Amino acid sequence: MKTSRAAWLFLAPALAVLGVFFLIPVLGALALSFTDYDLYALADLHNLRFVALGNYWALLHRPVFWAALGHTFYFVAVGVPLSLAVSLGAALLLHSPLARGRAFFRTALFAPVVTTAVAMAVVWRYLFNTKYGWANHLLGMLGIHPVDWLGDPHWAMPTIILFAVWKNFGYNMIILLAGLQAIPVELYEAARIDGASAWRQFRHVSLPMLGPTLLMVAILTVSGYFQLFAEPYVMTEGGPLESTTSVLYLMYEDGFQWWNLGTAAAEAFLLFLVMFAVTAAMLRLSPGARSGEAA
Amino acid sequence: MGIGTARGAWRRWAAIAAMLCLAGCAGRHDDTVVFWTFGPEGDAVARLLPDFERVHPDIRVEVQQLPLSAAHQKLLTAIAGGTTPDMAQLGNTWLPELVALHALAPLQQRVAGSATVAAPDYFASIWNTNVSGGRLYGVPWYADTRLLFYRSDLLRQAGFEAPPRDWAEWRRMLAALSHPGRKVYGILLPTNEYEQLLSLALQQPDPLLRDDDRYGNFESAGFKRALTFYVDTFRLRQAPMVTNVEVGNPWEEFGRGVYAFYLSGPWNIGEFRKRLPASQQAEWSTAPLPGPDGPGAGLAGGASLVLFRASKHQREAWMLIEYLSQPQVQRRFYELTGDLPPRRSSWDSPLLRDDAQARAFREQLERVKGTPAVPEWERIADMMQQVAARAVAGELTVDQAAAAMDRQADRILAKRRSLLDRAEARQ
Repeated sequence: MKTSRAAWLFLAPALAVLGVFFLIPVLGALALSFTDYDLYALADLHNLRFVALGNYWALLHRPVFWAALGHTFYFVAVGVPLSLAVSLGAALLLHSPLARGRAFFRTALFAPVVTTAVAMAVVWRYLFNTKYGWANHLLGMLGIHPVDWLGDPHWAMPTIILFAVWKNFGYNMIILLAGLQAIPVELYEAARIDGASAWRQFRHVSLPMLGPTLLMVAILTVSGYFQLFAEPYVMTEGGPLESTTSVLYLMYEDGFQWWNLGTAAAEAFLLFLVMFAVTAAMLRLSPGARSGEAA
Repeated sequence: MGIGTARGAWRRWAAIAAMLCLAGCAGRHDDTVVFWTFGPEGDAVARLLPDFERVHPDIRVEVQQLPLSAAHQKLLTAIAGGTTPDMAQLGNTWLPELVALHALAPLQQRVAGSATVAAPDYFASIWNTNVSGGRLYGVPWYADTRLLFYRSDLLRQAGFEAPPRDWAEWRRMLAALSHPGRKVYGILLPTNEYEQLLSLALQQPDPLLRDDDRYGNFESAGFKRALTFYVDTFRLRQAPMVTNVEVGNPWEEFGRGVYAFYLSGPWNIGEFRKRLPASQQAEWSTAPLPGPDGPGAGLAGGASLVLFRASKHQREAWMLIEYLSQPQVQRRFYELTGDLPPRRSSWDSPLLRDDAQARAFREQLERVKGTPAVPEWERIADMMQQVAARAVAGELTVDQAAAAMDRQADRILAKRRSLLDRAEARQ
């Protein structure tokens, strides 16, 4: 009894911080999502109405919300595998015994992660300019017609994905590289003695040993990519024709531009539910996780 | 341990407390007027202030410059938190919103007693954007409207001696000046800016919202006419389908003849003077907006000076507003910023009167119209442009687009309707 009270006492500061800076705001936002808090309510609280699930119901009937959700899923579905593949590829290259100048490349490939998105967006907007950009210049040399990268609603999201993958792959690369370095060399030696090719070594040694790391990286990337905001904000402002408007971007517009905080809070909770479901499914379905639980 | 050391400790504490107070209360003297500016105007104000402070040595002004992109959020947060400044520069489309929030002090009594601020001297529509519910809440500081920048040499080569005066003539010029195969277009209309379509829509007799601003009125014949003209310009490939994010450098492209017309605002006078080479300076000019039949209306934009209701220095702040409203101060302000004065007498100087490129603005400002004075307007205009962009891309017909605009406007205005109905029921 006494020890448990002491334990609570020690936990109290952390719990207090969590409560004040996490739990109360989240509950506040949840309460907000059941009201129609807007400019009029800010002027006079008598104009605030309790609408129960009205905001959620209205959102589910708003084509813009579904479109934003679709764009977000598109971004996650294409961006996450691509991002993981590029990170893994770069990590393997850096890990290869043939690699020279490893420290330099590790820094160079990590650089996009630590540079600001705004500065990078300026450069990228020039690279992908329809008329003057290098991207179209290169395509032109191959005899391919120029692409309106950021102006065509079909190409804008692929360009955003490319930008996001390039900007973020370095982070996962470092984690995967650490994972690769933690695999005992003996396993590769044994595989080589058994006559395994480089591909089979990768397939049957590196990949299984990386399993838990990969799962962790994948879940972090999925939850990060669902919160797509900065890339369209700096590259396209959600356009053209709202083709790069993500759920979070919509929430920003509704909440901070138009001050419809009730709607914005409902959007945040719907996005949270979606992310929760997807990451839970990933944990449930991944073979690595189940064996991990069994162990 | 004597009395001396104890007193020393007490003194130390007193000193620390004084320092903390200094750090906390620095610059917030009781007699200081806090003035929020957004954008480049803040620098200009700082240079106009010494003269004001010489005349009023008892008033201290603290100009706080905020970036325009954060302005709206800053204002709303300040209102919610009760930390508004004494006065601010305020875009006139934001005024109804701040009035709805009961944040601004009414000004008509001060204007009535003022020797400097004379309402009839101001461009009427610009002045009226500061009136909400029959009360005045701001004094125009500078005026803004959109009109045509054009390449006079290109027009002449195509056989046109003067800029267009009506839509039919405008269309003929656009057709003659567009060569989409060579990536040359008649006009640049960035598809994510609502001011261009809005300007055309304001030229129509139909209001943009109907029934006391309860519902959208985008399915009116007038708005559809404006939308058709706008969409046709893209369908006929007389304007490229680009947003202002992609345009990159419109001034250079205008200089190279990629566009013969550019529908834009007064700040671009300065930009073109700065960015085009000296050899090209005689080849561009400005013209009032052509209307459906003859010179048309334009958008009444700009920024006003407002006093906040919660301010304790309204008298002092009003003196600063009066000072900044003097014609000679407005002319210096124009020299510093290029912002156009909102009063006619400020234009009565060689500086502005003989300026060929500013003259079209002077003419247009006599023919401007304000947008509906509802807090939701900015959002409705934004929505209007998003739907219009889909019509431009061919996803919607003009009729479908107009119907979609009305549907969405009605949804945005739902809360306004219910509040108005409730207020009426109570009476």
